[in-house]
Amino acid sequence: MSRPMRATAVGVVFAVFVAGVVMLFLYFLHYPPTVAAAATGADEEIHLQAVPALGYGPHPTYVSYLADINGKWVHTTMFKLKANTLVHFTIDQYDTGSLLRNSFMDQVEGTVDGTEVLNGGAPVRIINDNTDNGIGHTFAVPSLGISVPMPGIASAATNVCSIAPCDSSFDHNTITFTIKTPAAGLYPWQCFVPCGLGWPTGNGGGMSTLGYMNGFLKVVA
Amino acid sequence: MTAASTASAAPRTDRQHMMRIAVIWVVLSVIGMVLVYFVWGPHMPPGKDSDQARVQQDGNRLLGTIAVPVFVFVWVYLGYVLTNWRVKSSTPVDEVGDGPPLKGHAGFQAIWLGVTTATVLALFVFGTVDLAHNDGAGTGSGPSPIWTPTGYDANAAQSKLLVVQVIGQQWRWTFRYPQYGGFESDVMVVPAGQEVQYSVTSLDVIHSFWAVNLGIKADANPGVNNVAFGTADKIGSVNIRCDELCGLYHGSMTTTGKVVSPADFKTWATKASSTYQQLIPFLPPYADIYLPQSDGGYYDPGQDPLPSGPPPGPASPSVIP
Repeated sequence: MSRPMRATAVGVVFAVFVAGVVMLFLYFLHYPPTVAAAATGADEEIHLQAVPALGYGPHPTYVSYLADINGKWVHTTMFKLKANTLVHFTIDQYDTGSLLRNSFMDQVEGTVDGTEVLNGGAPVRIINDNTDNGIGHTFAVPSLGISVPMPGIASAATNVCSIAPCDSSFDHNTITFTIKTPAAGLYPWQCFVPCGLGWPTGNGGGMSTLGYMNGFLKVVA
Repeated sequence: MTAASTASAAPRTDRQHMMRIAVIWVVLSVIGMVLVYFVWGPHMPPGKDSDQARVQQDGNRLLGTIAVPVFVFVWVYLGYVLTNWRVKSSTPVDEVGDGPPLKGHAGFQAIWLGVTTATVLALFVFGTVDLAHNDGAGTGSGPSPIWTPTGYDANAAQSKLLVVQVIGQQWRWTFRYPQYGGFESDVMVVPAGQEVQYSVTSLDVIHSFWAVNLGIKADANPGVNNVAFGTADKIGSVNIRCDELCGLYHGSMTTTGKVVSPADFKTWATKASSTYQQLIPFLPPYADIYLPQSDGGYYDPGQDPLPSGPPPGPASPSVIP
């Protein structure tokens, strides 16, 4: 091969490598996608679901959250919220439950009134994890003192959703709560149930992979 | 050419070079030591917010001051060599030769070994005495600390010190107060001027409890009760973080504690005990450590026999309004 040919070949390989790195960088810059809460007057609202297995993508067996955007379920855990605003959360919880590693998180913390509403009933402050259903997942933002336990579906449930997105015909619990967002900033949130089955301490897999059982609240002015 | 100018142009002897280096080194070292000890020293971390922080700052001041002559010698010698013994660019290449061969010098080697050994041994004694006189100086000393303050008892219920159990979990800290009914809180509050027994443990992986400005640092190991002691002096906030890489959100495993007056602490503890009263039955009994069960809950391993079913705690009600 002549010298100019070799130089060209090296240049092409290098260019392809750089382009690949740039594309990878851009992909991860926007992954998982950020979805914005919907405005309802002065407040905002967001509808999520927690599922026992995503069913597709690189980790189909991972437990995960999805967000409802205009009727379409999007696999993401990055939520854009407006600062100093009341945000009403609705989470449909389709997973079975277990005991909490720390039952301190039986209590609801950091929501308006310190309560959550379970399946449209009266507001509650404590969910007992030592029951048949246990706790399926929690929605917690430690830096904001927010922790919301979500009971699992009954261990004997027969109509269990196995692949996301799940529709409301499957067994589930609906949890609603409201938080007041702080000043603009980036706040990590996570589940505190050791639900990464098969991983050491239950905290691997979906628990330690961005986009499944953890993510960020992007609070903007 | 005069006799004086001839003398000034004569190359310096090795002894003259050594004297010049020594003088520069001594002068800069003295200036540096004074600056480090008196100017920088009072601002060195971790500050003066507790007895332990003060002891650690004193140690940092001493070590920093001792390090100055070593630091200065390296840079003075390097600077002197580059300035005086650099090959000039005008020197022909074939005149650039190798330096003289190195030879051993028994006296120099003896002094070198003697000074460094004495320094290390002195620091060892200094550090050990500091730890012994300050109940471990804020470091985690394991489940059976050697140096303990008056009133310490391994049994939290019998300890005359205020016991704060620090529980690490991926990725947050919580705190239990066994002498106030065993309530658990996500805020650490301690009284000023009162020695506290921090019992540090973890529910999953290895974390490290670091109350930065209080100078308290103890690894949080699962299945281990790592005890540290500390007396906060200054009323204010406490910067708490994890100092052991523990997973995805290690960097977010931070919180802010409070140092309050003893009266305010009693008020807070009484109120918190009442606030968390309904939650206490759901927690396992207070224990030095908690180990996870296969079904996710945690239990007191001191129970005999070990529980095979659900952990202690009411199975009902399922919710509390």
